[in-house]
Amino acid sequence: MIPLAAGTNENLANLSNMLIYSAIAVYTLAFLAHIAEWVFGSRSKVGRTAAALTAQPASRAAAPAVRVKKEGGGTAVLERPEVVTRAASGARDVPDGPGAHGGDEKGDLYGRIAVSLTVLAFLIEAGGVVARALSVQRAPWGNMYEFSITFSTVAVGTYLGFLAAGKNVRWLGLPLVTTVLLDLGIAVNLLYTASAQLVPALKSYWLYIHVSTAIFCGAVFYLGAVASVLYLFRDSYENKLAGGGKPGGFATSVLERLPSALSLDKFAYRVNAAIFPLWTFTIIAGAIWAGDAWGRYWGWDAKEVWSFITWVGYACYLHARATAGWRGRKAAYLALIAFACFLFNYYGVNLFVNSKHSYAGV
Amino acid sequence: MSNTETDVTRDERQDRRELGEAGSQLSTAPVEDSGGVPGLGLVGWARWFWRQLTSMRVALILLFLLSLGAIPGSLIPQNNVDKTKVEAFREAHGTLAPLYDKLQLFDVYSSVWFSAIYILLFVSLIGCIVPRSLQFAGQLRGRPPGAPSRLTRLPAYTTWRTEADPEQVRELALALLKRRRFRARIAGNAVAAEKGYLREAGNLLFHVSLIVILLGFAAGQLFKSEGGKLIVEGDGFSNTLTQYDDFRSGSMFSTDDMEPFSFTLDEFTGTYEKSGPNKGTPRTFQAEVTYSEGVDGKGKKAVIEVNKPLKVGGSKVFLLSHGYAPVVSVTDARGKVVYKGAVPLLPIDNNITSTGAIKVNDGYRNTKGEKEQLGFNAFFVPTFAGAGQGNMFSQFPGLGYPVLALSAYHGSLGTDSGIPQNVYQLDTRKLKEFEDSEGRLLKKRLLPGETLELPDGAGSVTFEGVKEWASFQVSQQPGNGAALAGAVAAIGGLIGSLFIQRRRVWVRTTADADGITVVEMAGLGRSESAKLPEELADLAASLHAEAPTAPEREAEPESGSASEPEDATASRTSEPRESADPAGPADPAEGARA
Ligand code: HEM
Repeated sequence: MIPLAAGTNENLANLSNMLIYSAIAVYTLAFLAHIAEWVFGSRSKVGRTAAALTAQPASRAAAPAVRVKKEGGGTAVLERPEVVTRAASGARDVPDGPGAHGGDEKGDLYGRIAVSLTVLAFLIEAGGVVARALSVQRAPWGNMYEFSITFSTVAVGTYLGFLAAGKNVRWLGLPLVTTVLLDLGIAVNLLYTASAQLVPALKSYWLYIHVSTAIFCGAVFYLGAVASVLYLFRDSYENKLAGGGKPGGFATSVLERLPSALSLDKFAYRVNAAIFPLWTFTIIAGAIWAGDAWGRYWGWDAKEVWSFITWVGYACYLHARATAGWRGRKAAYLALIAFACFLFNYYGVNLFVNSKHSYAGV
Repeated sequence: MSNTETDVTRDERQDRRELGEAGSQLSTAPVEDSGGVPGLGLVGWARWFWRQLTSMRVALILLFLLSLGAIPGSLIPQNNVDKTKVEAFREAHGTLAPLYDKLQLFDVYSSVWFSAIYILLFVSLIGCIVPRSLQFAGQLRGRPPGAPSRLTRLPAYTTWRTEADPEQVRELALALLKRRRFRARIAGNAVAAEKGYLREAGNLLFHVSLIVILLGFAAGQLFKSEGGKLIVEGDGFSNTLTQYDDFRSGSMFSTDDMEPFSFTLDEFTGTYEKSGPNKGTPRTFQAEVTYSEGVDGKGKKAVIEVNKPLKVGGSKVFLLSHGYAPVVSVTDARGKVVYKGAVPLLPIDNNITSTGAIKVNDGYRNTKGEKEQLGFNAFFVPTFAGAGQGNMFSQFPGLGYPVLALSAYHGSLGTDSGIPQNVYQLDTRKLKEFEDSEGRLLKKRLLPGETLELPDGAGSVTFEGVKEWASFQVSQQPGNGAALAGAVAAIGGLIGSLFIQRRRVWVRTTADADGITVVEMAGLGRSESAKLPEELADLAASLHAEAPTAPEREAEPESGSASEPEDATASRTSEPRESADPAGPADPAEGARA
């Protein structure tokens, strides 16, 4: 006989809800701490970018660098040959900004508090996702509410992973926490669905593969998109400085503290490029699943179409980067369009377009 | 902005001149030519057109158009997805629909303009891949280019002085680079080495795979067949054209391609959420079948579920939908059973309220002994709300309180005219109503086991019980294998293309006037990357271990080249730039060390 569908566990479902609300509270504190970091950081005027851009370009004939350690009576021992790097020709050689704290000690302290709070909120939120999964005895990706809470957990987790790996990504903190709050707010207020079992069409191990990679790709693409937006601001700021213009107070204070346009652009490129093969895989996994579920692996269903559009969008972006001439701002716009397609596929198609990929209760 | 861009290109050109051959052919990406005026005549124009079509700029535009062109198909109902929605749209938008028809907006993905975009894109792709592959083959046979005259101009550079003999250091460097799987050779006073050819191979593989996927997809469209069949529990099906309820096939399909097999639906089971806010939501659907391969193969048991089709040879049997088929028996005026069977009804809502018709074509004789046909409109609910409670619609999709409501007609069903009829609908034009005692249409709600007596002893209908039916789709789509293989290869190629960096390293050793050897190492990649300096530093450290720095002499005659770094550079570049780089794919195109 067929096992009757297991009921959902109410206690765990309630625990999950409580954890998600707690995570929202802690994210809010992290948000405030980030604000404090930016506020205190604005007390120091750094102006490194302006200095670098107005200084005479340094002589290009790089001298060989050998670090020599003198030992006692004049004998020298070389530690290890040191490599001298040169920026690509024509690229602006601007140092990265100091970060939100702007070198201010108090600002830095608040920044650290913000990161710690983010870690805490992340753990609570992850607990909420796990409790939800246990309450329904399946992966928590059956409807938009579950998709949303998993999505922001993964985005924050990826960000924290970069931090843990010692990458300079603290500048992502404020925009990320802000949007995570937005995402969770929408999830609990508009998308909430009581926990329930899956409809048969969603029962397949391809669900685990396809949806988990889709969520992960979305989270990483999102980090890339944030970097692209910041790049656009920072780039026009640097352009203005380089052209002898005088940027406004906001730009001088806020944009000055971000990494250089070059670094932001690289960050965006790297995360987008790194995740593109996985996105390709996600679409293929989806096609295989569709082949099993509906008897055709590609049927131009709205969701499929928008995944395809997103994929082609990112392929455009990579092409633009790989073939000179379309770098910089134009490529960044392409990346943002591609990400907008991803978002539309998630919110737009689920809510407004009739698709086979409808979720139980939204 | 434009200002800086021209600066960039001017700088790049200057650099390229200075680096000479060193950076040439680091990839097979075509160099963008800025158009140029086509030569005279047709050939000139054709050549110009071809050059444009295979240029990266046009490829980019075509890619962009492809994604743009795909959008309307997701917003406007499509014929190939849902024909009824298209019809509804036509009715709702009287003026817009003809315009959409002209623009083929109801068939975007098979429209002329959409096809034009992707065909052009794929022609461009082929026109791009062929020369790039030839070029790449040439590069594989070629040798890494010799060292540029000024290694200090390269993106990553290091130097030291050693007492080892220049030639000896070169040999050491050559061995080291070969150990690290560089392709290396000695050219003049330097070792030239290159690594990362897999990047190009991966990129070409990816683009070829795209073509394979498209061909697989096209083959699927041309040779596919797809048929639907509704089967009641206990009934069977064998895979021949005549047995299908509906059948579609690609233009190259032939019936000889049909897989010979047959199966019987033994039992269908559906379970539903019993309570809570999702009450009635389906939880499991299972069709237990016995199937046999070939014309008369041995029967085998199998279970078909929504995500688990039955695979027989090249065909797959999918479970699409299900419903109820009340079993009825009909007797005529003589009391003879003239009809007995399960009548599949079509669900009209999520709780499987179902409607349909029962048609008795032959064998019935009325009270006068004349041949006649009988027809019944049937309305079935698996879970009835109860008499006088709420509406007639089903309250739950499972069989809780099954009720069959019938209304009875007699006369001619109109089936003899030869025109195919909808089996779920009664054509009442030539039918007369059976009337109840008050002269109204005879109707009755039946529970299982109950009987509706026709007036004046004209016969009876008994609701014997309920069976379930399931509908299946049998599809056969060759080319799936090719598309899947292409997809897998595409991912492999992409990973190679994005995560491997192609780079060159040179090691030059020269003896200075004092007989001390100056070792210079430099690296060049497709672009600036944090990985390149790291790798160079690593190589330098290994080589340095074998050819260590000469002890510094007290009276160093010249100040420039060795010893302390010059200030201007030191502050700026003495360490590999590793700014906001996370995972690490280096810039355009070399990917992350994920
Ligand atoms: C069918 C659509 C196409 C897709 C989805 C696609 C996708 C891609 C991707 C993802 C890359 C990797 C980008 C990178 O290395 O950063 C790439 C590279 C490349 N593509 Fe395409 N491509 C397509 C069509 C074309 C066409 C039509 C051409 C030629 C006109 C072309 C020429 C190239 C070249 C030359 C590169 C490598 C550039 C380099 O060496 O860095 N592609 N393509």
